[in-house]
Amino acid sequence: MTLACGLLASCSGDDSGKAQLNWYVNPDGVATFQEYAKSCSTDDYDIVVDQLPAGATDQRVQLARRLAAEDSSTDLMNLDPVFVAEFANAGWLAEVPEEKAQEIIASAEGEGEYLSGAAETVIWEDKAFAIPLWANTQVLWYRRSLAEKAGLDMEQPVTWKQIIEAAESNGASVGVQANLYEGYLVWINALVTGAGGAIVEDTEAGRDAEVTIDSDAGRKAAEVVQALAESEAAQPDLSVSNEGTVLGPMWQDPGEFMVNWTFVYANYKGLIGGAGGPADEEAFEDLGWARYPATVEGEESKPPIGGIDIGVGAFSDEPEFAIEAAECITSTEAQVDLALNDGLMPSTNEAYDEVAASGDFPEDLIKLYQESVDTGGPRPKSAFYATISSAIQNEWHSPRSVDPESTPKNSAEYLEAVLEGKKLL
Amino acid sequence: MSTTAVQTATPTSKVPKAESDRSKSENRLGQRLVLPSIILMLIVTAFPMLRALYLSVFDYTLTAPDDRSFVGFSNYVTALTDPLFWTSTGITVLYMLVTVAIELVIGFIFAMVMHRLIFARGVVRTSILIPYGIITVVSGFAWQFAFSYQNGFVNSWLPFIGADFNWFGDTTPAVIAICVSEIWKTTPFMSLLLLAGLAQVSEDMVEAAKVDGATWWQRLWKVVLPNMRSAIMVAVLFRALDAYRIFDNIFVMTAGAEDTASISFLTYRQTIEQFQLGMGSALSVLLFLSVLVIAFLIIKLFRVDLAAARQEG
Repeated sequence: MTLACGLLASCSGDDSGKAQLNWYVNPDGVATFQEYAKSCSTDDYDIVVDQLPAGATDQRVQLARRLAAEDSSTDLMNLDPVFVAEFANAGWLAEVPEEKAQEIIASAEGEGEYLSGAAETVIWEDKAFAIPLWANTQVLWYRRSLAEKAGLDMEQPVTWKQIIEAAESNGASVGVQANLYEGYLVWINALVTGAGGAIVEDTEAGRDAEVTIDSDAGRKAAEVVQALAESEAAQPDLSVSNEGTVLGPMWQDPGEFMVNWTFVYANYKGLIGGAGGPADEEAFEDLGWARYPATVEGEESKPPIGGIDIGVGAFSDEPEFAIEAAECITSTEAQVDLALNDGLMPSTNEAYDEVAASGDFPEDLIKLYQESVDTGGPRPKSAFYATISSAIQNEWHSPRSVDPESTPKNSAEYLEAVLEGKKLL
Repeated sequence: MSTTAVQTATPTSKVPKAESDRSKSENRLGQRLVLPSIILMLIVTAFPMLRALYLSVFDYTLTAPDDRSFVGFSNYVTALTDPLFWTSTGITVLYMLVTVAIELVIGFIFAMVMHRLIFARGVVRTSILIPYGIITVVSGFAWQFAFSYQNGFVNSWLPFIGADFNWFGDTTPAVIAICVSEIWKTTPFMSLLLLAGLAQVSEDMVEAAKVDGATWWQRLWKVVLPNMRSAIMVAVLFRALDAYRIFDNIFVMTAGAEDTASISFLTYRQTIEQFQLGMGSALSVLLFLSVLVIAFLIIKLFRVDLAAARQEG
């Protein structure tokens, strides 16, 4: 067999007779992925890194097009957590082997090595369909001097109302992600779950899921969006703002309050003295962080959960090698390197401990990330996730059009109609 | 009049010309030779269309293959009774009318410049045609940056606009930005087609009109434009159909936000983003039919006999 393969070279990916595993990665941390592609390659297979587009939606479309065509060369892929349920339901992902799956499922219940928020993202119909690689979350980034001037006690949980008012009265702004894209749904979902509600429930029922955004929680969320949109604290490009556009105002006086992912710390650190970054080390010291703002005073916020899970293609020619490779590239060592090199935080407690010990990140920041992932509010897990996400985005966009009296109600009716196939999206 | 014409024309057209054996066998050979291309054409063009027709009668989402069900014409009914479909159609027609009208005027001016130019002809023609050589997605990004309040130049060039005016924050400015990008990109195409038409206008006729004392405007309206009617129709037809399928600029500049989504974008969103193959197919069939209607209307509007224009009459 080996001889035949060697002679024909057709049953392998290259001329050397070794199998080739294609690993589709998102553009964050590619250099580290390249290193791990090399070190996780064995005598049996080589891992080749292929880069996906930058936007989460584009990544999903590209992978889906390959998998829908039963592409046997899609072996490993980096998946945004919300794609796992969709892809698993479509039969595009191979199941994670029993032992690993048990560990992940136990973690989701708080009894394993993985952060429960991260573990929860890869489970669909009680089975694990991917392995968490890094777990992302959003925190509130701000300029300490601004908070001080505004008289905010950032040791205590702050609400959206407080930071909007603080920014407005000091000529500062509040940075959010409100373009018509997935980032906007992340914000809306965090606001709704932060008020104790959910956009949809019973998501495993697919089209028959229960739409619950028309609730007090939905209205509280809409109040926050409306308050910011109508305030002087809204950034001029609010309706097209994204993770990147909100970075700039932080170092223009008087600074800003901004909700954003974990990459921010490493990003600004790398920009000290450069364009768009803090002027010097001292200015960088002014960067503060706190738990994601609360939607309702007195109620704990539910920070967004993101990150990347590694999935194995259901049609891969080499599923066993691919699983083995997936376990290698999600190892503790790989997760620590991703955190230290690229600011992409780990999905396991063990890796977190190592990152904390490295001294590269402030201890309280590490603790905040861990706590955020564990107590965050995941986005709806559904085979119709894209439909749910787009339907909500459409009704809630632009932020200036949001009205607590009508938006949650209209978006619930619209989402129900879209899920039933009675409305266009 | 038409009845007589039909009555006299019909018998003659029905009388078969006597064909020699040689011409019959040549015909048969011709048919055999083109058969492979016909089959290929059918596979390439007819199969996707028939497949779309077939899929359009199902409620079918790629991520939930087990839930697939036959729904008849329900997708068409849903689409045609949904305000979103008509909003998208309306905005698409608006894009088409605005861009084609402006392009026709600017394109004609460019064509006149290129036609009458005596020196530096090559340089001017090349500079006019450059935008058309740029990929639409690239020009979409370029104009998106130009209209951005953070790093664009448009706000600083327009004195009546605030420096932090967000062009993509509302429907009207966003549509203007998209139209500017579209017009910048495709006016050269329009001018190229009109230049070809302009070159066909007989100089003798223009000279004769001049001798008769016609002013420049009169020569333009009475001699040049009427003689370019088929070229104008072709230019308008091509651009109108192209503009009706507008997608790239919207995709890049607004991603369909602020009600700027065209009917192509709506179809894309349904099929590619939502994986709703049934509804997406129904929309693509409707898009195909509306393109046919537009082509028919434009040909009727210009009352040009295409066969005569090709001198086949």
